Amino acid sequence: MGVPIRVTVNEIARDLEVEPRLLLVHMLRDRLGLTGTHVGCDTSNCGACTVHLDGHAVKSCTVLAVQADGAHVTTIEGMAKDGVLHPLQEAFWDNHGLQCGYCTPGMIMAASELLAHNADPTEEEVRTSLEGNLCRCTGYHNIVKAVLDAAKHPEGGRIPVPPPAGRTDITIRGVGA
Amino acid sequence: MSAPTEQATDGNGWVGRTMRRKEDPRMITGEGTYVDDMTPHGTLYAAIVRSPEAHARIVSIDTSAAKARDDVIAVFTGEDLSDLVSPLPMAWAPPGTVMRTPDHWPLARGKVCHVGDPVAVVIADDKYKVVDAAEDVVVEYDPLPVVTDPEKALEDGAPIIHEEFGTNESYQWSLGGGDLEAGFAEADKIVERRIVNHRTAGAAIEPRSMVAEWRGDALTLTTTTQIPFIVRSQLAGQLGISEERVRVIAPDVGGAFGSKLQMYGEETLVCWCARKLGEAVKWTATRSDDMAATHHGRDQIDYVRLGIKNDGTLTALHARIVADMGGYHMLNTPFIPAFSAFVMSGCYRIPAIQTDIIGAFTNKFPTDAIRGAGRPEATHLIEMMMDQAAAEIGMDPLEVRRKNFIPKEDFPAEVAIGVVYDSGDYAGALDKLLANLDLDAFRREQEELRSQGIYRGVGFSTYMEICGLAPSRVVGPKGVGLQAGYWESAVVRVHPSGSATVFTGSSPHGQGHETGFAQIVADRIGIPPDQIEIVHSDTDKGPYGMGTYGSRSLAVGGESAARAANKVADKAKKIVAHLLEAAPEDIEIAGGKYQVRGSPDKAMTVAEVAGAAYIPEDLPEGMEPGLEAINFYDPENFVWPFGAHACVVDVDVDTGKVKVVRYVCVDDCGPPINPMLIDGQVHGAVTHAIGQALYEQVSYDEEGQLVTGTFTDYALPTAAEVPSFETDRTVTPSPVNSLGVKGVGEAGTIAASPAITNAVIDALRPLGVTFINMPLSPMRVWEAIGEARQ
Repeated sequence: MGVPIRVTVNEIARDLEVEPRLLLVHMLRDRLGLTGTHVGCDTSNCGACTVHLDGHAVKSCTVLAVQADGAHVTTIEGMAKDGVLHPLQEAFWDNHGLQCGYCTPGMIMAASELLAHNADPTEEEVRTSLEGNLCRCTGYHNIVKAVLDAAKHPEGGRIPVPPPAGRTDITIRGVGA
Repeated sequence: MSAPTEQATDGNGWVGRTMRRKEDPRMITGEGTYVDDMTPHGTLYAAIVRSPEAHARIVSIDTSAAKARDDVIAVFTGEDLSDLVSPLPMAWAPPGTVMRTPDHWPLARGKVCHVGDPVAVVIADDKYKVVDAAEDVVVEYDPLPVVTDPEKALEDGAPIIHEEFGTNESYQWSLGGGDLEAGFAEADKIVERRIVNHRTAGAAIEPRSMVAEWRGDALTLTTTTQIPFIVRSQLAGQLGISEERVRVIAPDVGGAFGSKLQMYGEETLVCWCARKLGEAVKWTATRSDDMAATHHGRDQIDYVRLGIKNDGTLTALHARIVADMGGYHMLNTPFIPAFSAFVMSGCYRIPAIQTDIIGAFTNKFPTDAIRGAGRPEATHLIEMMMDQAAAEIGMDPLEVRRKNFIPKEDFPAEVAIGVVYDSGDYAGALDKLLANLDLDAFRREQEELRSQGIYRGVGFSTYMEICGLAPSRVVGPKGVGLQAGYWESAVVRVHPSGSATVFTGSSPHGQGHETGFAQIVADRIGIPPDQIEIVHSDTDKGPYGMGTYGSRSLAVGGESAARAANKVADKAKKIVAHLLEAAPEDIEIAGGKYQVRGSPDKAMTVAEVAGAAYIPEDLPEGMEPGLEAINFYDPENFVWPFGAHACVVDVDVDTGKVKVVRYVCVDDCGPPINPMLIDGQVHGAVTHAIGQALYEQVSYDEEGQLVTGTFTDYALPTAAEVPSFETDRTVTPSPVNSLGVKGVGEAGTIAASPAITNAVIDALRPLGVTFINMPLSPMRVWEAIGEARQ
């Protein structure tokens, strides 16, 4: 009953056979050992599982692994480049943008999509764009500060695998398109 | 920001400095290790069958269909666990008090007492299939009448939840001092209010998770806990395993806020299953599991009477607290409202105070410690009453506060209930707050906005709290009655090459111990923090420890680390003095070296000292080799942080929606170790209280069904709902410990809810609103406006 899929995760192509109901987040965590992507709720409210799917931030608890067939997935493990932290990672560290660290990967993935589209966001824009990511530790103060700080970095808006040219929507196989 | 106070250390100045966290590199790269990230080879998965009934007898459990599934290894019910030696623990036995604690087992025996009560566990080799199989367990229930309101539960004729007691009253307990009758007789006004502090959830973003491994005759439990050593002792007792064969590990823990200060039935259950099956067994809560079956907090109804003279002098305070226990007593369930009683005097001289608590069983999940644990409830009622009383005598609420503040020259200050506050400057914190807020400018702005139809208000809270849990002789079995000691431990081990490892019994879950404790030890032994590893939360590593809760880590665990470090430094100095032919008292730590005072050329590096200690060719006569020390520190008193908070809100009077516009606060937790960490704690704690005041409520309907079982229904504040915070500090050292520190993890949550509520009342006072209870949902605020207008 397994379905063969090919997903490029952090720029490495992976061929897998998966149950049709397997969630992308469980594929990443349990099949590929990429445990940096976390699960915090069952209802797509908390955003701890946020990853990039073809350059767009998605909640991987709401995407089936089979829907990611043929797509590029970037997780928190793919954000640093050649051992150098992504400016957002550095900014979260500098600004005490994390405490327990559980929401952090999702926050960074969500924030990186914001900065990719809006290099110079206002505080309000940062706050609104992170509405789908819950943090119980920081009161968001230092997360917002970190994102604004990263925005000042020339590579703050870099995402490892940007969306294909000319496409700004998200196309998940079997959904919509 | 206030300048860091000088520390009494030989130091290299690490204490007091903002330093990036040592924990962060692993967490920002996805390399953190949380429990659910760990799946030993061959792990089996558990799914728990939970009661959909709030109160029912279990007629039968049919596990045959589940067992018939290919993937299912086993199904167990309460009867199978009859070999457990003891039920789940409850830690409080106050001398002279009748405490009715029902047996509480990991799987229900005969009846269920709340929705989510576990009745069976299914074990399978796949985490999806085990959930399918759990659906196949058929439980027949005989429903019983349900009671969810604690006051109704105490009425005659209410359904009795634990028949063996013949009552739903779980206990009564009081704490008081002074002549209450005389105090009220002296008052010009007695202000009475019914203040409801509703039920909330800890809602750490990491759901609970645990994996138990049985190898040979030894058990390892990796679990989301704040108290690994206590869980270990309890597991050993319940399972009848000798304690040294049990290891408990709390790896990175994704937030807790008190909700993981518990000995959960699932922890016992996975261990029992692992032993039974000889395999690793894992259970990870879904968010729905977590909302239904991770302990809740608050849920008190407070009947408050405050006596006040027309000049603002407080004469007496009485609080009768009806506390909702839920269906059972868990680890500290009945103690939480008692913790309210310990801070009932607030920052004020009140000659007579009495708190009377009555605990009630209801068909809901048990309550227990959630960030602040009794102190937010007490502070909410005190700070609400200050405003209420001020309004009744026509006095400025800040003037009433000032009039009754314990003056700073009176510390240490004993209050009517008999506890002694260590140090404080309540007026100083308020002065600084008002300067930062600019109250006069605010009042002008408020008036202008009102003329435009915008209802803006400011509310205040001047709080103190009790931290540094705890002097064991005060809170232990013969004192307050907690069945434990509340010291903390540390080992400081300098390695032969000159770096160090510190083992602490404290058990962080986001607070930043690995950084702050390294800063403390660094100054004392002359090794920079990046060469000091802080090891915690593994019962096989380091001495027994009491864990992290009650804002105790720094004042007790940090002090213990400091004391162990001092012992190491003393030994190092003796070695250096011996080798350099100087007196030990003339050796100082400077620039990472041990040197003879005034002679920087006569010095040894830490590595050289460690080398001499580990290759003991020439140590002082009688000295043992090695460079390591242990400390167990039991504090002499609690520590008493304090501060002043102000919240500015806008209320949309057409919809009742409240928006926090500004939040300004001054907190005093003694000299900062790492100022950045303090601010972070305050931000998070205040947001937690904003959540309770405005958005969050754990709700059960009258049938005991949980109606806030997901993050869709239980609304945590998001980034869009809170402002950036304006934090500041005053620094009043505690005389209790050598660091002078007090604790700050819960302060914001303790302080903030009355500031927010008072702000809403201030905004709506022109419309006639004079009092309101949380949660300040749009509906409730809109109704309050409507009622006031009638």
